[in-house]
Amino acid sequence: MINHIDVSMVLRGTVCDLYSNLVTRSTGAAVRGEIEAQLAELRGRSVNVIDFSHVTLLDFSCADEIVAKLLLRFGVGAGEDATRTAETPCAVADDWNGTPAPAGPREAYFVFRGVSDVHRDAIETVLERHRLALVAEGEDGVPELVGAVEEPEQRVWQALVRVPRADAEEVARLAGLGAEEAEEVLDRLCRRRLVIRVASDVGDADRFLAVGAR
Amino acid sequence: MTTVIAVPQSVDDATFEQILAQLAPLPPDARVLLDARHARWASPYGLTTLLTLAQTRETRPALAVPDNEDTARYWARTAFFEHADGLFELHGQVPRARAAGESQVLLEITPVAKSADVHDVVDRIQQRAASILQGQLKLDVKATMGFAMTLSEACQNVVEHAGRGGWVGVQAYNWQKRLGRHVVQIAVSDAGIGFRQSLEGAQGRRRTDRWDDGMALEDAVLRNVSRFRDPGRGQGLAGIRKYVGRWEGKLSIRSGTARLAQVPAWDDDVPLTEKLAPFPGAQMQITIPERVAPR
Repeated sequence: MINHIDVSMVLRGTVCDLYSNLVTRSTGAAVRGEIEAQLAELRGRSVNVIDFSHVTLLDFSCADEIVAKLLLRFGVGAGEDATRTAETPCAVADDWNGTPAPAGPREAYFVFRGVSDVHRDAIETVLERHRLALVAEGEDGVPELVGAVEEPEQRVWQALVRVPRADAEEVARLAGLGAEEAEEVLDRLCRRRLVIRVASDVGDADRFLAVGAR
Repeated sequence: MTTVIAVPQSVDDATFEQILAQLAPLPPDARVLLDARHARWASPYGLTTLLTLAQTRETRPALAVPDNEDTARYWARTAFFEHADGLFELHGQVPRARAAGESQVLLEITPVAKSADVHDVVDRIQQRAASILQGQLKLDVKATMGFAMTLSEACQNVVEHAGRGGWVGVQAYNWQKRLGRHVVQIAVSDAGIGFRQSLEGAQGRRRTDRWDDGMALEDAVLRNVSRFRDPGRGQGLAGIRKYVGRWEGKLSIRSGTARLAQVPAWDDDVPLTEKLAPFPGAQMQITIPERVAPR
């Protein structure tokens, strides 16, 4: 199912009906909390459109709360070169403060819509910090991968945008990769919640969908 | 007995050290009178830090207001006296603040203590500053939004770390002689715990025998160390540095006995100054110059 969340409406409903700017960490945490509460109603697999179209300003603190932490708390994996230390937990749902994982869909995918140039700086910065990536739709509606993305991942994702529901063999051919490498990259993109694996019922090869592709 | 502290004719981040040097030998409960009668100019840094200074005194200090009418009216226009009235014993004629037709005061001196204050500051800047930032400084829309983000993050440092409220002010100038172009300055000042105490228990800080204000500033500003374990912390200051660097601006942060600066090509300041007269909290100044076309 596809679920649409207008962040500006959440801001006005949760924090203050006069606010149009997403600034301060406490505001970001409050908005994220409300988004998580809405997602808690969902079950199974869902694609969630987080819509920034009516947000005027987004600062780094809010981007960290609403984008990075949202992705991490719903189990989105970080990139391969993410530094993992005792102080930098893996992408698990419980956060470093011990706050329990949010309830909600078993498999949540995210598309960030209405991401303007003004929002991108803050979003790209927090994604790089956490070695995360996401699917963003700019004002032109075209989806793209933003954040910590390796070149083979970009190629595979773009191949799936051009040819939805391709299997691994077809993806390898379209992306110009070897079969084994394509499988690895597809696995990684699925863990990172940038690609959806559609398992076959009849023993055929699994097929794949790029999150955000129309 | 009251000690008279001479306030320089021009009150800015450099000359404020003269005030602090006079205060340094005095105990915090000493009675002081800040003599600003001969002051003719003050930057947002000067005005916000004067208010912060009053907050650091255990005995309410006195302030002799500038005797030059234009100077006093300008200080009133910035809302300085509105806040000074609650912190100082004011001596001299305090003019009424009149709304000026066209003003270079982008944001009057405003208290910052909680998240709602930051929202208010950002909203007001967005409403008022666009014409000056885009017109005089020739910043595009994205740069203007980045300016608001920078202001937001600078104020949030007070809310998240200082442990008490602080002050913010924003002003535009024409630095014709100094730089040959317009600039806008943000000043944020607080009398809170300061960077060293804030980072005392931080996990990312350098563990050496020497631990002082200079090292704390370097850890926070250059290495993004935060007192919070959350790996997403420390991005505000990093974002400020990136914005300031991109637009060839200047950033300076003073805390305790040290001052760290990100210095652009057009300035001759030094990156780190230590052994300054001690002063609580943190005082930040950001200067963004007018964009000029490359030659």
